[in-house]
Amino acid sequence: MDFTIILQAGIASGTVLLFATIGELFSERAGVLNLGVEGMMLVGAMSAFSTTIATGNPWLGVMTAMLFAGIISQIHAYIVITLQADQVVSGLSLTFLGTGISLVLGEGLSKAGTVSLLPNFSIPLLAQIPILGKIFFTDQSILVYVGYLLVPLAWFYINRTRPGLHLRAVGEYPSAADALGINVFRMRYFYVFVGGMLAGLAGATISLAVSPGWFSELTTGGQGWIAIGLVIFAQWDPIRAAVGAYAFGALRRLILDIQGPLLLLGFDNPFYYNPYLGFFLQMLPYLFTVVVLVIGSREAMRKRIGAPAALGNPYIRGERGK
Amino acid sequence: MPAMKKFFQSDGLSRLVDSLLPIFATLAALLLGAVMLFLLKVNPIEAYKALWDGAFGSTNAFAETLVKATPLLLVGLGICISFRGDVINIGGEGQMIIGAILATWVGLTFTGLPGWLVVTLSMIAGFLGGAIWGGIPGVLKAYFSVNEILSTVMMNAIAVQLMNFLLRGPMIDPSQAELSSKIPQTARLLEIFRLPRLAPTRLHLGALIAVALAVLVYILLWRTTLGYRIRAVGQNPHASRYAGIKVQRYIVLALLLSGAFSGLAGATQVFGVNYRMITDGSSSGFTGSAGFNGIVAALFGQLHPIMTIPASILFGALLVGANKMQRVVQVPSALVIALNGLVVVFVVSIEFLRRRRQRRRLAAAKQNDESPPSPEPLKQLETGT
Repeated sequence: MDFTIILQAGIASGTVLLFATIGELFSERAGVLNLGVEGMMLVGAMSAFSTTIATGNPWLGVMTAMLFAGIISQIHAYIVITLQADQVVSGLSLTFLGTGISLVLGEGLSKAGTVSLLPNFSIPLLAQIPILGKIFFTDQSILVYVGYLLVPLAWFYINRTRPGLHLRAVGEYPSAADALGINVFRMRYFYVFVGGMLAGLAGATISLAVSPGWFSELTTGGQGWIAIGLVIFAQWDPIRAAVGAYAFGALRRLILDIQGPLLLLGFDNPFYYNPYLGFFLQMLPYLFTVVVLVIGSREAMRKRIGAPAALGNPYIRGERGK
Repeated sequence: MPAMKKFFQSDGLSRLVDSLLPIFATLAALLLGAVMLFLLKVNPIEAYKALWDGAFGSTNAFAETLVKATPLLLVGLGICISFRGDVINIGGEGQMIIGAILATWVGLTFTGLPGWLVVTLSMIAGFLGGAIWGGIPGVLKAYFSVNEILSTVMMNAIAVQLMNFLLRGPMIDPSQAELSSKIPQTARLLEIFRLPRLAPTRLHLGALIAVALAVLVYILLWRTTLGYRIRAVGQNPHASRYAGIKVQRYIVLALLLSGAFSGLAGATQVFGVNYRMITDGSSSGFTGSAGFNGIVAALFGQLHPIMTIPASILFGALLVGANKMQRVVQVPSALVIALNGLVVVFVVSIEFLRRRRQRRRLAAAKQNDESPPSPEPLKQLETGT
């Protein structure tokens, strides 16, 4: 069992979580909690796959996925921003809606055969770095490299630019932002859309790069929920989000691959000889998420940082204290 | 005071309109569903006729609808409790599974005891199993401030793997263990351990239990101190703390009770419908997604236990009818998942209308000099999510 290969694949599957997590992070930084990530990812994965089958062009698939998931996210935006309804309930219904739509439109897609996938390539020079080059820069999908670029860009945008400042203001103190002439409602719509597009991209990353194909709701397998958990763990910071996403991706790969070989570090592999242990292995990502949440929540509480102050609250003009 | 009288009369009328709003939400969702059907090149009228026939067309169909509605109602009752306490329980699926596992274990172990006793013990085991699986996220929320939405979702996934392990390993049907196919299922329950059927259909006693429990939950929430405190914590945890309520304890209780009802739903599925546990590897294979759809039903019933009864029947009908719709007009039955989502979307949107109407009524009441202290803030305590 070669650990660099596992980590290499782990980075690829972590990219899925990365896109979804950064997307949710933008939405939450603007003060809107969107629990519909899982549904939006499914819509993205389904539309990316079916568009690519129909046109033969995976780039069109990626575009469609981002657009379709972005549009779906606007339902949530309208309900919680304009109608000021409960964000939790609306987000949940978005998950139901997205799951249902993708299952209906994706009916029969799983037997549709193979599609042309997004290109994989190595980065010259960087791939020569021992070990790290193999893990990060060798034969990865182009979307993985997009992920590398997205993290610093997101951090820079949120923390060092004027629109990023406005974004934080809208999430922390919307009435002050409003008084300064920032259009709180429009900003929130926009960042929910960004979150939707990135969730769609995450879905497309699954169906066109990481594990190509359409496997109904098993395509995402709860990764949308893990992404929401990672946002809390990351304390709403893109760099920490990336660390969490890649670590989780690696863990998922490790769990898949550890059951294969006969020998593990020179010993009989218990996971090979007792396949029942595999079920406990598959619990690990979820148990791990709970542990991560316990640690993340306590730390966030102690430091009193992290959660945007207005997260979960509708902004109502002229009302005090929101 | 004629003005006051007039105010109350108009208020009664608006309340009526308010209570009809969910019906409008359903109609709106069905209308959008019709558009989707149309886009799938299916005649929506034909499709909806098949849906109606499948759900209410015959005695058997209606009984099936009620059979499907039973777990929705039980899960929904738990949801009423937890959402009233401002605790969001998405873990119905996992709680159903753990409840069913414990109940099945009791049913398969104590084969020497009389039937009524084993059934009773199994139901209690199911209740406890769900309570444990709901209580864990409750403790995590109350004492470690872990978001319960995420922890309950994670507990679902953990429960599924636990079920897959148990049904392939320790709890597998001994006759399957010898075969090479090894279908992951438990042995069948003895016939005397089955919940009695109510008619020559598949309708079983669990449906009556669920309705009786709906009344009990209503009493619990509005006629007992426990229920009052759960609702108070849900409305305003800070005020509750000043009033001397141990907020954390009631957060745990809300999730624990909520999980218990889901666990019972799992137990009744085994003892009333399938008579064994069987897994296809996912949670919906066992639960039929009742753990999620129960949330939809409870929200549709405006988190009122009694209103959740008709709401569950509605969603049970949609689920049963969808199968017939799939057969007759060849639309994937998953369309119903989308329809359910749409119904909730419209229900939450309509909350906005309700609030606006309420604000208008309050404003109108203020203009009346002799207006009585408005009952509306209290009303909000009852309907707020």
